[in-house]
Amino acid sequence: MKKYSLNFVMVVSALFLLSLAQFGIISNYIQAVFMYVGINIIMCTSLNLVNGNMGEFTCGHAAFMCVGAYASSVLSVLCFGQTLGTPMLPPEMAIFIFPVIIFIGGLVAALTSVLVAVPAFKTRDDYLAIITIAVNYMVISAIENMNFIGGSRGFQGMKDTVWAMKDTLNGPWMLFWVITFMVLTIWVIRRFITSTYGKGVNAICQDETAAEIMSVNTNKIKLVNFMISAGLAGCAGGLFAHVVGYVNPQSFNILKSTEAMVMVYLGGMGSLSGAVISAVVFTFLMEVLRSQSLIDFLMAPATFVFPDWEPSAGVIKWVIIPLLLVLIMQFRPEGIMGNKELSDVFPKLKKYYTFK
Amino acid sequence: MDFIIQNILNALQWGSFYALIALGYTLVYGVLRLINFAHGDIFMVGAYIAFFVASFLLGPAIGLSPFLTFLVAVPLTMFLTACVGVTLERVAYRPLRRKGAHRLYVVITALMCGLILEYSNLAVLGASRLKFPELVEKSIWHFGDVTITNLKVIVIVTAIAVFAILNFIVTKTKIGMAMRGISYDKFAIPLMGIPIDAIIVFTFILGSGFAGLAGLLFAMSYPVLEPFMGMIIGWKAFIAAVVGGIGDIRGAFYGGFLLGFIEVGVVTVFPSTYRDLFAFTILLIILWIKPTGLFGMPQSTKI
Repeated sequence: MKKYSLNFVMVVSALFLLSLAQFGIISNYIQAVFMYVGINIIMCTSLNLVNGNMGEFTCGHAAFMCVGAYASSVLSVLCFGQTLGTPMLPPEMAIFIFPVIIFIGGLVAALTSVLVAVPAFKTRDDYLAIITIAVNYMVISAIENMNFIGGSRGFQGMKDTVWAMKDTLNGPWMLFWVITFMVLTIWVIRRFITSTYGKGVNAICQDETAAEIMSVNTNKIKLVNFMISAGLAGCAGGLFAHVVGYVNPQSFNILKSTEAMVMVYLGGMGSLSGAVISAVVFTFLMEVLRSQSLIDFLMAPATFVFPDWEPSAGVIKWVIIPLLLVLIMQFRPEGIMGNKELSDVFPKLKKYYTFK
Repeated sequence: MDFIIQNILNALQWGSFYALIALGYTLVYGVLRLINFAHGDIFMVGAYIAFFVASFLLGPAIGLSPFLTFLVAVPLTMFLTACVGVTLERVAYRPLRRKGAHRLYVVITALMCGLILEYSNLAVLGASRLKFPELVEKSIWHFGDVTITNLKVIVIVTAIAVFAILNFIVTKTKIGMAMRGISYDKFAIPLMGIPIDAIIVFTFILGSGFAGLAGLLFAMSYPVLEPFMGMIIGWKAFIAAVVGGIGDIRGAFYGGFLLGFIEVGVVTVFPSTYRDLFAFTILLIILWIKPTGLFGMPQSTKI
């Protein structure tokens, strides 16, 4: 009972969400918000692997998302879309090929991360931060200069794949895939971190020199860790591209990386459940602050003094969120969960579930 | 030949801005071991402060001549921008330092402060770009095909002068010795009777003041202001500082000019869209070969 309780709850809640989406009880907008929550969870947990568990400081995570998004988009359009010539595969295959496409996007992103991992063998935190920022700029700039996939105009046509899946079997396919990949991501990260091999990651975080002496192959662990992290981010990028149906290199710039970092530090470094919780909270916060009426209400004292000043929600949102984070850093610098998991904070939960 | 000299001059001007901002980055990093990611936005705030100061001085209330305005605006802008920098240190960084928080949390706070500065500027002043008034009358000298404007000369001379001043302060004065001491050992220095907070505030005054000066000169050279002008140039200046070896004044100076030369060189040979790609690739290669930057010292850890 204890062994399967969590799986049972997860499957039931996923089925519940999917059926809500299928019978039109929740609108497309709410569905999109849930998908963004899933994508942000993947981004946040994968960045947490490097920033939290390994203690390195990378701030260019959106670069891998960009690579994954473009790789899977191009593949998907080649296979089922009309934009780059006739589709290579019949649309009935879309359901089976789609996860493969996302995986290949993740693989390409993982290969790109070698660019970051190899200098990380020798360099320390600040220099590594720079290398990751540089890689972020390089990836965006490289894709902007590739004219056959649209360059800076962006790239579209991924919706054809989604429609092909829907024509084969009507259902909320994208939501299903986002949930699947989200669960897969959490499972992979949990398995990796708690394994004997993954303990080396934590050893590097504590003391790299000592870990090296204790026969942890630091270079190999770093390489594997970066590749897993970037690969999962690439999967998130592929899902993002298919949810939105349009990708643009500029939507994966430093701001996107900053968002991912904010989520990691909000949740707590090295805490998987903290990362999940903070991704959910952050995404919902972003959506709630999008409403103009709420912002007007919050800004009422200021607009009372300056009647001709009209704050727009999209701008004020980006003042409020950093302000919240600065306050969190002041009063609870370890984030929501700190370095603990959910079962450490509430020990009684251990009776009801195990999560390995 | 003339073409090459012209491009070298352009690169010197472009590199001067990078060098000025990178110097501020390096100062703060050298003393605090903190990447002050808000520095690029302090540069942006400096440009805006310069705009308002210049408008006010040129306006009907005071009505100075443009050149006098320039002379008054330089110290005033530097002072006000330094106030912004010190406020940031007081409000955001110092409480965290008092608590002994992890270094990364301070970095995240700095990033967030930069975002707050950008977006509050956008919220208050709107998205319309401001046109900076012309302060120094443009005079252009021709040497064959090479054209030099007096602004270019002012910018390059300023960068070199600032470098000389900072180098003098850090290596020859007592307060500079205290700065170097703090970066060497933060725990032993207070025991020697050195007021650590005063030194850190002084560092922020220096860095932010010169960022304000860079903002003023940038606004004079490229007279269109927007809230996000500090973002890209700030990141790039930081990269320049790292390539030079962060925490080293010379490194920041040479790194800024190196990045300027690389960017202008790429634009003259390739289409301008390749600028970022080539610049960052070259920097990555430099960091691959020398992981601590050009002038940086490798830090050895005791076991």
